Amino acid sequence: MSIFKRQLMDIHNALSNKEMSVSELVEASFKRIQETEGTVKAFLTLDEERAKAKAKQLDEQLGKGDEMGLLFGLPAAIKDNIVTENLKTTCGSKLLANYDPIYNATAMDRLSAAEAIVVGKTNMDEFGMGSSTENSGFQLTHNPWNPEYVPGGSSGGSAAAIAAGQAYFALGTDTGGSIRQPASFCGVVGLKPTYGLVSRFGLVAYASSFDVIGPITKNVEDAAYVLSVLAAHDPYDSTSAEVEIPDYISALTGEVKGLKVGVPKELLGEGIDPDVKNGVLEALKVFEGLGAIVEEVSLPHTEYAVPTYYILAPSEASSNLARYDGVRYGVRADNADNLIEMYKETRSHGFGSEVKRRIMLGTYALSSGYYDAYYKKAQKVRTLIKQDFDQLFAKYDVIVGPTAPTTAFKMGEKVSDPLTMYLNDICTVPVNLAGIPAISVPCGFAQNGMPIGLQIMGKQFDEATVLRVAHAFEKHTEHHAASPKL
Amino acid sequence: MSGISRDQVAHIANLARLNLTAEEAEQYTTQMNAIFSFFEKLNELDTEQIEPTSHVMEVYNVIREDDERPSIDREVALRNAPDEEDGQFKVPAVMD
Repeated sequence: MSIFKRQLMDIHNALSNKEMSVSELVEASFKRIQETEGTVKAFLTLDEERAKAKAKQLDEQLGKGDEMGLLFGLPAAIKDNIVTENLKTTCGSKLLANYDPIYNATAMDRLSAAEAIVVGKTNMDEFGMGSSTENSGFQLTHNPWNPEYVPGGSSGGSAAAIAAGQAYFALGTDTGGSIRQPASFCGVVGLKPTYGLVSRFGLVAYASSFDVIGPITKNVEDAAYVLSVLAAHDPYDSTSAEVEIPDYISALTGEVKGLKVGVPKELLGEGIDPDVKNGVLEALKVFEGLGAIVEEVSLPHTEYAVPTYYILAPSEASSNLARYDGVRYGVRADNADNLIEMYKETRSHGFGSEVKRRIMLGTYALSSGYYDAYYKKAQKVRTLIKQDFDQLFAKYDVIVGPTAPTTAFKMGEKVSDPLTMYLNDICTVPVNLAGIPAISVPCGFAQNGMPIGLQIMGKQFDEATVLRVAHAFEKHTEHHAASPKL
Repeated sequence: MSGISRDQVAHIANLARLNLTAEEAEQYTTQMNAIFSFFEKLNELDTEQIEPTSHVMEVYNVIREDDERPSIDREVALRNAPDEEDGQFKVPAVMD
């Protein structure tokens, strides 16, 4: 089977002992992409020449016996809203079809310092706005488990690439569930870190008070390694947290005995698919079997999370996306004879319908006379939602539920009805509103053969516990070992 | 709150610097009405005494020393410019 199924340290040691070369690893990635990309379509841009040159350089370094970075030689797929110097970064938008960044995101500098190798940039819903990757301005990405189904979104390309074994690990971004939900739909691991733990410098802004970069991987241990590389204070991001970074690897003890697990009844109630519910209930039995204390709890404001999020995030987006005016970068419309018309034509032709819709929603929510009724009201409800979590975390170590109310849906099934699509985010947006960390791990399959995701939420900056619990689950189950037949 | 009219949608589009086609204006009017009626759900909650949260982290006004640092070269900064002249971004006439 694919070498990407091997554990990170296993590959690291194989490279160190010269049983394998970085070039072989990178070749394997491009070979797999060649075999599967016709079906999956996870990538918007491949960077094959530079990746192979970098591999050669790392192999020479190995020959000299230099010290190896933590992610030495590992092929990485990067979501296309994380800027990469001299490598096209489109955010899935036609407006940025030609955008050639002049700098690297801090996350990219950190991956580069850890000696990972970028194989390409992955497809996504335009500017992160969507839950199926169908809002990409360029192409549809297909779920590797069944190409008739969506991969989830907005980091659908990154999740599909990992499920298809096209890269060793991927980076995604999560504003309202965009790492966890596609990870759930594609049967892989996706970690949304605490807001502020990973620098947002060079992450193209969608909703700045929510956006965060995180890993999408085959297993929890790999997610812990990638997070160890990403987590750091960054003076280039004024919302970057100055906290001590724990050792995420040594946190993976496999022990959850005595751990207190809260299960919110609102996340297993109405609207949750029965197969998903069963998958989660089975997972809870695993935790109980390992000696954890599992109790039903309540997040009473859960039903208000989707409206709150869909007021706040589009409001922030309408402000953030004002920068796309065709002046400094991007594809400028050439049919306008004055400045204002140039702005309007550039934006009208460059943005897709969901992005325009969210800009309209946000502009309206922030407009004179409506600000208090919508934006300020939603900010107040955000306080209530955060308080729900604070109260639970005073008693519980983690909160567990499904990552999404359903498994992956079929292409085209929901794309015409924005509100139905928004409601699919019910299990993930509360986490972003509260700014806490959460991980999605595979916990079985629905009757339609599509993967189910288990979501484990933790206290702010307590990724160590979230990873420990996810790892213990993975160690005692076989769900993560399954691969799609491609 | 009453519904959002076609005129309001046109006004919002202008504020957002978007030209909507007649079809888009029609569709967004319908959808925005559905979405904002859904948002009305928040009015079930009494938030009179609740402080708003704009940010989950309690950091304010992060400042640094005002040291001189190198900045981006002009040539590099203009690399993605759709149009330029004499080392500056060039745009169509501001006024007709």
